[in-house]
Amino acid sequence: MSQATALAAGPSLLRRALSHPLSWPLLALALLLLGNGLFNPGFLALEWRDGRLYGNLVDIANRAAPLILVSLGMTLVIAVRGLDISVGAVLAIAATVAAWTIARTTAGGQAGLAPLLLAIAAAMGAALLCGLWNGLLVVKVGMQPIIATLILMVAGRGIAQLVSDGQILTIYYAPYAFLGGGFLLGLPFALFVVVGVFVALRLLLDRTALGLFVRAIGHNPLAAHVAGVRARAITLSLYVFSGFCAGLAGLLVSSNVASADANNAGQLLELDAILAVALGGTALAGGRFSLAGSVIGALIIQTLTTTIYAAGVPPQVNLVVKAVLVLAVLLLQSPEFRARLRALATRRTGRPA
Amino acid sequence: MVLHAEGLHKRFGATRALDGAGLCLRAGEIHALMGQNGAGKSTLIKLLTGVETPDAGSVALDGRPIAPATPLDAQRAGISTVYQEVNLCPNLSVAENLYAGRYPRRFGMIDWRRVRDGARALLAELHLDLDVDRPLSSCPVAIQQMVAIARALGVSARVLILDEPTSSLDEGEVAELFAVMRRLRERGMAILFVTHFLDQVYAVSDRITVLRNGGLVGEYLPADLPQAALVRAMVGREVALAGARDPGAGVAADAPVVVEACGLGRRGSLHPVDLRIRAGEVLALGGLLGSGRTELARLLFGLDRASAGELRIDGRRAELHHPADAVARGLGLCPEERKTEGIVAGLSVRENIVLALQARLGWRRALPRARQAQMAEHYVAVLGIRTADIETPVGALSGGNQQKVVLARWLATQPKLLILDEPTRGIDIAAKQEIMAEVVRLAREGMAVLFISAEIDELTRLGDRIAVLRERRLAGELPGGSDGQQVLELIAGQAG
Repeated sequence: MSQATALAAGPSLLRRALSHPLSWPLLALALLLLGNGLFNPGFLALEWRDGRLYGNLVDIANRAAPLILVSLGMTLVIAVRGLDISVGAVLAIAATVAAWTIARTTAGGQAGLAPLLLAIAAAMGAALLCGLWNGLLVVKVGMQPIIATLILMVAGRGIAQLVSDGQILTIYYAPYAFLGGGFLLGLPFALFVVVGVFVALRLLLDRTALGLFVRAIGHNPLAAHVAGVRARAITLSLYVFSGFCAGLAGLLVSSNVASADANNAGQLLELDAILAVALGGTALAGGRFSLAGSVIGALIIQTLTTTIYAAGVPPQVNLVVKAVLVLAVLLLQSPEFRARLRALATRRTGRPA
Repeated sequence: MVLHAEGLHKRFGATRALDGAGLCLRAGEIHALMGQNGAGKSTLIKLLTGVETPDAGSVALDGRPIAPATPLDAQRAGISTVYQEVNLCPNLSVAENLYAGRYPRRFGMIDWRRVRDGARALLAELHLDLDVDRPLSSCPVAIQQMVAIARALGVSARVLILDEPTSSLDEGEVAELFAVMRRLRERGMAILFVTHFLDQVYAVSDRITVLRNGGLVGEYLPADLPQAALVRAMVGREVALAGARDPGAGVAADAPVVVEACGLGRRGSLHPVDLRIRAGEVLALGGLLGSGRTELARLLFGLDRASAGELRIDGRRAELHHPADAVARGLGLCPEERKTEGIVAGLSVRENIVLALQARLGWRRALPRARQAQMAEHYVAVLGIRTADIETPVGALSGGNQQKVVLARWLATQPKLLILDEPTRGIDIAAKQEIMAEVVRLAREGMAVLFISAEIDELTRLGDRIAVLRERRLAGELPGGSDGQQVLELIAGQAG
């Protein structure tokens, strides 16, 4: 009882902060990081060495970069009541197309930046086409988004294998390694890609009317259509954007490991991306979305993965441990669950002993 | 006396929804429950049917106090309800809907033969003859409504509550519904009938209870309460049944034609129609449900593609492929289905109001936030939209205010032609009058209006001309101020 009254009388600033939609995802992330810091004092340490920043925090952000990118695209697709489960396959396509292009263009021993630019252009072109295909199936053909993108999710790996001829393509070309492994101003280059996409997206949504249109379509597509919003064109372009994000992620991933694996690159990435979107507080039914939330969601997922490795959980059970942690994070964020917990607590303490 | 409720109080947060309301229902009577939106009708019904429990007050059925905690409790006690939005399962068959949740069983399996026979018997009681294996969604709304009533009767009800059962029915279907209600009355059932249509109250009810601001205003016999007095009791002040244009103040013959349809039609939904609407003119469009009213509005607005004829806007041929094309040419449409096609419930009042104008400007030219707020405040004031502030989600507003928001959305685009498809359906009388008065005012300022309505007195009162559709073709046209009887005959097709 005393706890409840203390909470009620607590500073209204705290309440206001807690009522912000991003506060719970942030709290979950902070708790995870702090937990790690407690058990492993070196975990949160950052170190400046040889003109670069080192530390687990930098690693988490860097490793999360592909997932963050894919989650940003996924957020907007989900915001207009869609879903894109082909992102993992699109990532693999972009990765193999990039590796294939580099192999072809550097074959004659020729160097310079031309292969890099060609590889980026080819990979991103392929990814945009994939997004366009998904968008057309959903908007023009009228398929259910999950089925429409399931097609490319399955077929995409096949396409990637066609490109790679069934091999894991290894990339022997130094400039390409910069994308996913290089450093700029002491920070991983991938982080600049993520920040660039995020900022551009926020500007595009906030400074133009796109944000309003996306939310209107997500809440009520029919009413938006009647009001004159070009809902189908916008929905189509969001699928293309999701392909774009998956393509960028493919570049980062293949660059980071200097190879492209048509079968395993981006495996189950679509599920992690949906989870990141859900963790970030975007309504899966459409309408309400948060880009920043999805970024935090992706960081939570990567932190979980890193935590499990850092804690030395045996690999056989690490998926189970991850699932349990995800469940805990989701419950923590659910207002219904928190209300029940609170009711339970007040009943326990309020009841005469 | 079958049902007696008194002193009912109910609060939702800071809102006092019911403040000492009461109700007496006698066996074998049709009792109308009247009141504006927010008067407490819905809350009262929720208390009677166990959806909510009262904070104070008592309900007695056959002299025994009851306190239904769930709708099932209320049903077992003998109180059945048919809600405004038919809440059956459209994908199930008629028979399944009638028995869902209480299937007769045989050897642990559902006894389908008894389901079908029972369904037929129930429908026969209402003099309905239909294939009980048909999916409910294939039946017209009116039939679905009857099925809902039949389902309510299936549980041996003493009291039947009909919450706005007529709002989606046309005249003929309303008459059928009334016949069913009278038959049930003869069997000694007490029927509580909630509606916004005043003429229906006088057509069918034996007694009227009026609520206002959560309290009981009084119980009357229809004979003692003329329509004007009823409106005064509901609103609490005089309401001019306004909106009427001066007779003879027709539109100048040289006013420019804004929209002209030449043989405009669509295969399977509307035979070719010729229609002209001049600036400053209100063209009232009537017809039964399914006569092609909404189909015409959809064609004019580019929601459907025309398969024949052409459309001219400002004298220029216009091909409309998308509502956005219509909006770009200065058209606006308040659709018939407010919830599904009109409001975006999750967005704020401000965002809903600017949506169409912003769509017309395109995504690149965003309206500055201050300008949006200014526009929203303006229309909230002009149309008297009752909302806490302009950032409140529209879903939290009452129906009449939601409709005003949709109207404001189109007024903000300053349209040349505004198409209003049943703009007053399901909203309370004060909001209805305010909306109609605003429409007339705008027409005087030069806006062309196509006013679609199922209510004949609205057609005759508002229209400079009255066009009537029948069986998906234009049946004829009458001058404004025509006699209601003439319009009715044209709608029903009795005149020559």
